[in-house]
Amino acid sequence: MTVAATFGPRPALWLGLLGAAALGLAILAGVVIGETPLPLPTVMATFANRIWDAGLAVDPIEAGIVWNYRLPRTLVAAACGAGLALSGVVLQSLVRNALADPYLLGVSAGASTGAVAVAILGVGGGLVGLSAGAFGGALLAFALVALLARAAGGGSATLVLAGIAGSQLFNALTSFFIARSASAEQARGIMFWLLGNLSGVRWPDVTLALPAALAGLLLCLWHIRAMDAFSFGTQSAKALGVPVRRVQAVLIGITTLMTAVMVSLVGSIGFVGLVVPHAVRLVVGPRHGALVPWAALAGAIFLIAADVVSRMLIAGQVVPIGVVTALVGAPGFALILIRNRRRP
Amino acid sequence: MRISVAQAGWRAGGRAIVADVTLEVAEGETFGLIGPNGSGKSTLLRLMAGLLPRAEGEVRLDGLPLTGLGRRETARRVALVEQQAETAEALTARDAVELGRTPWLSALAPFGPADRAIVDEALAAVGMAHMAGARWSTLSGGERQRLHIARALAQRPRILLLDEPTNHLDIHHQLSLLRLVSRLPVTVVMALHDLNQAMACDRIGVMAEGRLAALGPPREVLTPERLAQIFRVGATRLQDPADEATLLRFHCLEDLPRSG
Repeated sequence: MTVAATFGPRPALWLGLLGAAALGLAILAGVVIGETPLPLPTVMATFANRIWDAGLAVDPIEAGIVWNYRLPRTLVAAACGAGLALSGVVLQSLVRNALADPYLLGVSAGASTGAVAVAILGVGGGLVGLSAGAFGGALLAFALVALLARAAGGGSATLVLAGIAGSQLFNALTSFFIARSASAEQARGIMFWLLGNLSGVRWPDVTLALPAALAGLLLCLWHIRAMDAFSFGTQSAKALGVPVRRVQAVLIGITTLMTAVMVSLVGSIGFVGLVVPHAVRLVVGPRHGALVPWAALAGAIFLIAADVVSRMLIAGQVVPIGVVTALVGAPGFALILIRNRRRP
Repeated sequence: MRISVAQAGWRAGGRAIVADVTLEVAEGETFGLIGPNGSGKSTLLRLMAGLLPRAEGEVRLDGLPLTGLGRRETARRVALVEQQAETAEALTARDAVELGRTPWLSALAPFGPADRAIVDEALAAVGMAHMAGARWSTLSGGERQRLHIARALAQRPRILLLDEPTNHLDIHHQLSLLRLVSRLPVTVVMALHDLNQAMACDRIGVMAEGRLAALGPPREVLTPERLAQIFRVGATRLQDPADEATLLRFHCLEDLPRSG
């Protein structure tokens, strides 16, 4: 059965509505489920009070949990999931390698180093300072990895190898900064944050994460044809009229920016950028017109779910979300490898 | 559309791959490029498509320098089918051909019914309409080659550059492709290895060590002396009694009976 047969003449509209509904439900679930389970009416009443000034009677403590803790946390999880999945889509397309994602190419490691440097050395400071540091680190890491890959003769396999070298280097730098300058308490906090942690997320984080994810989504949607044209390589994309250098600069720029913002807010979360695009490709196919919106949606829902699991896995304790995504992601990654081998 | 190349050259690693090539291909002409392996045919085609950085000389389309046109404007005029363009993506045959519409589309001008019709037509032109839904990875080399050509047709270019388009094709598809290409109302420049196929071109250029060694109508250019000098083969001209067409038969120079 085709998409058109199922959804009539306007499949994109219906699928879009379906996707928005799924995201809405996921956000609602992210707010409802937690160590203190909050009944749905309380959550809805809080939303109504906050958004329309409805004046419904809600327990102020519960309302506070909903509005000040759970909702921003869930929104940031959604933005991060979408951003990381989009980053994976972009890098896999431009690099033409199934393994490309910000984590494997060293971009996340560079962002962590930049953010830690700002946090410990106190350069800049504040939320934007942290993100700017992460962006600087991410750009530096990607530039180093790209240069190393080029010096080693180019090719997408070389880039992944260079990415591994870059990740190691920047992870070592991060550890060096921590060992040299951080107090024991600072070090523990940073290690916990590096593994991915949404516990500290508040509204100001939302105002950084949502615009970054939305900008990324819009730029990716703008470039769906260009990303398709890379299927047969950069030369072929160029012959099809794609301004290759400009597209690479714009898309790698926004990918680095999204990764940097997400890392500075919630730490370095692996596997989302790698596994989500592949899983979505299995369902909607490799064309970016479908892949970009669905990967963003799936990434958002996946990270909301991972955050809920991270809160619920051990009672009274939050497991780092990076641990949860890796627990799901590593087997997912293994499946992709096996599938690739079977491909004729 | 007329394409002219003036003193074109390209160097890689200090070595001149193509040097000082000047030629002009007229509107609607079918132009064959022949030459031994590594003589610079593919590089010259890429130069003509404006794909190579740091190119020497100039390429003009109807008198306009190619460098003055943007990538998109160039791709609307010139399509190139290269050898060995592959993908690991799970694309269908139709997806690959739809890529040809890329220079005509944008985020504000999405793929529409007119584009769909052009893609259908291109698939039918190479005899692949019945396999439109097949996965790229399941297709044979010849089928992939035909889809690359369909992709170039879907680009609706005024100039078609083909790098050994009959490679991988069985004899039926070789002949139908050459017939298709010769009937298209566009300018065609194609690199060919089969010199008998080159005989059907309006004019041919012979590349040797990166330079244009000869240029002209096939019967004037493909002389036994030149074939011996450039391709290191002996050639005998034969006439097909069916239509009086000239054919070339080749043999190793070493095997020639030494004449006294």
